Amino acid sequence: MQTNAEAVDTPLDSALSKTKDPQYRMVNRIMCLHNYQPDALIETLHAAQDSFGCITLETMRYISHMLHLPLSRVYAVATFYHYFTLKPPGKHRCVLCMGTACYIAGAESIEKAITEKHHISPGETTSDGEISLLTARCLGSCGLAPAAIFDDKVMGQLTPKNVLKQLQDWRDHVADT
Amino acid sequence: MTDHRLQNSVRQRHSLHPEDIVTLVIDGQQLTADPNDTLLTIAQAHNIHIPTLCFLEGISAYGGCRVCLVEVEGYGKLVPACLTHPAEGIIVRTQSPRVIEYRKKIVELLLSERNHICSVCVTNGHCELQQLASTLGITHIRYPGLFPSLAIDASNTRFIHDPNRCVLCSRCVRVCAEIEGAHTWDIIHRGIKSRVSADLNQPWKEAVTCTGCGKCVQACPTGALSEQGKAVGEMLKKRYTESTT
Amino acid sequence: MSLTLEELNDIAEKELSRQQQFSRQIRVCCAASCLSCQDADLTQQLQQTARQQAMGETEIKPVGCLGLCKEGPLVSVHPEGTLYSHVQINTSKAILLSESSLPRPSAIDPGQSLFFTRQNPIVLRNSGSINPERIEEYIAVGGYKALYQAIRNMHPGEILSQIQQSGLRGRGGAGYPTGLKWSAVAKTKSTQKYVICNADEGDPGAFMDRSVLESDPHSVLEGMAIAGYAVGAQAGYIYVRAEYPLAVQRLRTAIRQAEKFGLLGNNIFNSSFHFSLTIRLGAGAFVCGEETAIIASIEGLPGKPRPRPPYPATSGIKGCPTLINNVETFANISPILTRGSAWFAGIGTDKSKGTKVFALAGRVKRTGLIEVPMGTTLREIIFDIGGGISDNGTFKAAQTGGPSGGCIPKQHLDIPMDYESLASIGSIMGSGGLIVLDQSSCMVDVAKFFMEFCTSESCGKCVPCRVGTMQMYTILDKITRGQAQLSDLEQLEDLCDLVRSTSLCGLGQTAPNPVLSTLRFFRDEYISHIQDQHCPAGVCSLLTGK
Ligand SMILES: Cc1cc2nc3c(=O)[nH]c(=O)nc-3n(C[C@H](O)[C@H](O)[C@H](O)COP(=O)(O)O)c2cc1C
Ligand code: SF4
Ligand code: SF4
Ligand code: FES
Ligand code: FES
Repeated sequence: MQTNAEAVDTPLDSALSKTKDPQYRMVNRIMCLHNYQPDALIETLHAAQDSFGCITLETMRYISHMLHLPLSRVYAVATFYHYFTLKPPGKHRCVLCMGTACYIAGAESIEKAITEKHHISPGETTSDGEISLLTARCLGSCGLAPAAIFDDKVMGQLTPKNVLKQLQDWRDHVADT
Repeated sequence: MTDHRLQNSVRQRHSLHPEDIVTLVIDGQQLTADPNDTLLTIAQAHNIHIPTLCFLEGISAYGGCRVCLVEVEGYGKLVPACLTHPAEGIIVRTQSPRVIEYRKKIVELLLSERNHICSVCVTNGHCELQQLASTLGITHIRYPGLFPSLAIDASNTRFIHDPNRCVLCSRCVRVCAEIEGAHTWDIIHRGIKSRVSADLNQPWKEAVTCTGCGKCVQACPTGALSEQGKAVGEMLKKRYTESTT
Repeated sequence: MSLTLEELNDIAEKELSRQQQFSRQIRVCCAASCLSCQDADLTQQLQQTARQQAMGETEIKPVGCLGLCKEGPLVSVHPEGTLYSHVQINTSKAILLSESSLPRPSAIDPGQSLFFTRQNPIVLRNSGSINPERIEEYIAVGGYKALYQAIRNMHPGEILSQIQQSGLRGRGGAGYPTGLKWSAVAKTKSTQKYVICNADEGDPGAFMDRSVLESDPHSVLEGMAIAGYAVGAQAGYIYVRAEYPLAVQRLRTAIRQAEKFGLLGNNIFNSSFHFSLTIRLGAGAFVCGEETAIIASIEGLPGKPRPRPPYPATSGIKGCPTLINNVETFANISPILTRGSAWFAGIGTDKSKGTKVFALAGRVKRTGLIEVPMGTTLREIIFDIGGGISDNGTFKAAQTGGPSGGCIPKQHLDIPMDYESLASIGSIMGSGGLIVLDQSSCMVDVAKFFMEFCTSESCGKCVPCRVGTMQMYTILDKITRGQAQLSDLEQLEDLCDLVRSTSLCGLGQTAPNPVLSTLRFFRDEYISHIQDQHCPAGVCSLLTGK
């Protein structure tokens, strides 16, 4: 059974080491701020995703231990909310807006173009780990529809062509270096 | 759990202050009841049958299956009998053509959601979903089947989890968390992708919190949770929370 | 620290005299939409240039949304009030230096533009004129005086009756009378009560609440504190989407400043009233806008609704009485107390008082954030304020209320925008998303879009919504692919009735609305997809080939 396989690293040991782990600083700080109350779960998961880019099983096990929450509850919350991801993100992030204004302005054709060219659907990352495609509901830039976020920059008035170009630039940049 | 049941029956029989009693009408019967009881328990106590699926005596009510919906005169919306308390003077109809028709469609939706082919199921003949469908006179499902094909978990030496037969009633989740105190199960993801899973979405045998008590198997209304080694129709569930009525 | 009225006035005066040092003010819009199209930090660039040129008499400050989002980045210059659009670094210098040789951005005179003259800002009163990150500027325009009045000079009952008399109704969608809601919470005997500000803004084409939070966060905090005093709550939560990082950051700044000034915390204005605020981040679930789901989410659970009653007013967070209002509802509170309920009740229609903020988007010339008196007609909004349909298109319908709402077709263009009128034609006011559609949109496709949204946002707790919306989506998908029969349409309508009548929460109960409303006004489009395998708008690609 799994517990045997992990015998060297009991939940307690692993939790103890994480309380001091600098990578877990944010996560620990949020839990402490909330007095380790169970209602801090969502805030803590946010901190974990900010720190690691995604929420791993190991992190969930740790949070469950520290907040005295059932493992299944932590997993349920992490998968109920679509903002959380359990998969490591790609190096670059393209968040396509699928809000009403962007949809009627043709966001779907952009999504199709990306899927065709790079073989990824929303929620997936290219096999080389370069690009993650995500979707969002309204970026609040409806006036510039269709809009998307490329890494951290919001861009508007997109067409399949200029989006593909942007993604290609990311790829080419890799080839250069 | 026993306490809770005791309280219920005691409440119904004695010790009600006159000002704590409400009068109501269910299906034409004039009744008096404790306002802390639900329409479902009141109806049951008077031999009025309201179908249920996610309700299980002894654990908290959920209100998810919508099979117990009833009509209350003057209320804009239908209400779930398992969670609705009586107000003074209300007139309840549990068998109006409208609610019967809705119940039928809801159960048909459930049957269209996943694979419910009874002829190969261990609970065939003892399944609450099957009974519900037959009581409601369902012979044909008007909606096309969605039938995702989900992996069966037979890793546990004593039990089997077949999500293809799950109706997401959450009875296993509640019985495990509220009675056994283990909280091994929970419903993960959401919407049509919802699934029952153990611990961190692990095979059952790896779920460290599971005590192996089997309460979830007994609580499950369908063949989604069953004991290993049963042939078709052999899985009978012991309702350890069986009601006295 | 606790503030006295004199100290509050002091802060205001100091700030005003600081502003008077400047003869000229350049306001740079720093709300999310304009920020997203600036080619670099405009405010910083302008401030740097001003320093280099030793232009001490000009103040350059970041402000909230200036309204005309499509024309961004926007910059306005005062005292003239000229509004410059599409300002980039190279053209911004011309505004600052007023040198004619430099390339100039195009200018708009707000006094002449119907976009601005038709509006009546109450909620957006400070939006675009104050720096949202400086509490002093909010205080200088009279901010937090209403809170002082409330705490020091008014009995909670007086506030309740003021709000009731104003006729204010909830701006989150359903339009429940705010005064009644507050009274219900105030009536409860509990010593522990909560106030929640619903800033989850889930409608996928709406950004009013976001703009208010980014442009004038203190107006929401003040409204919440007044509510806390009126209903007897000591703590509040602001539940805001994680997708709005800028709004979250400005809220955090605002709360910190208010705490520092003693406007939040213990013994506010030396009274016995305590009120603290906490921000809670959403995590991408539309259903968390629903009242019982928001409470579950704040408690750290999956956002699954539970049946009401009991209503949050009697049993909310941790079982305590809880007041839930929308961002815009709270932003209306301070003006009502300051200017009186009679003034507020004088705006709008018989049953819908005050103003409504709309996020105007889609196929309309001037998209952006607008605030108009209730009862303004749809025609005025789209053709006067919005400037008509973009690219010389023809108007087909306006969508209000997002996934819970419906479409308003051409024959109803003169409908007054108020709760009852919209409901009478099968739409809803919703939270204020208003998307204009032209001939290039297929109404079946629009219905499918919203149904897809509902299936992916359904929490999955109850059967009719979890499975029913999926079945409806399957039928709509079949129709758009030309593979449906007329009997499918019957099935679709039947499912609409089932899901609406038997779902547990508002999401499921309203999910059929976009379908019902498009069926009501555009049935011929459905028929044409089914019988002729033809999409009149040419959107559904698998059909047009035929
Ligand atoms: C599925 C669903 C989503 C909702 N989303 C929002 C929302 O994003 N913002 C909001 O203010 N209210 C939303 N509401 C309405 C709220 O439940 C609630 O009625 C409102 O916040 C009350 O505030 P008000 O009285 O000020 O309108 C939603 C309701 C439902 C059923
Ligand atoms: S496994 Fe059984 S008890 Fe659990 S949710 Fe599914 S049907 Fe209900
Ligand atoms: S109507 Fe939909 S969102 Fe609401 S409780 Fe039911 S499944 Fe969940
Ligand atoms: S719909 Fe895409 S930004 Fe609003
Ligand atoms: S038994 Fe009442 S909703 Fe399921």
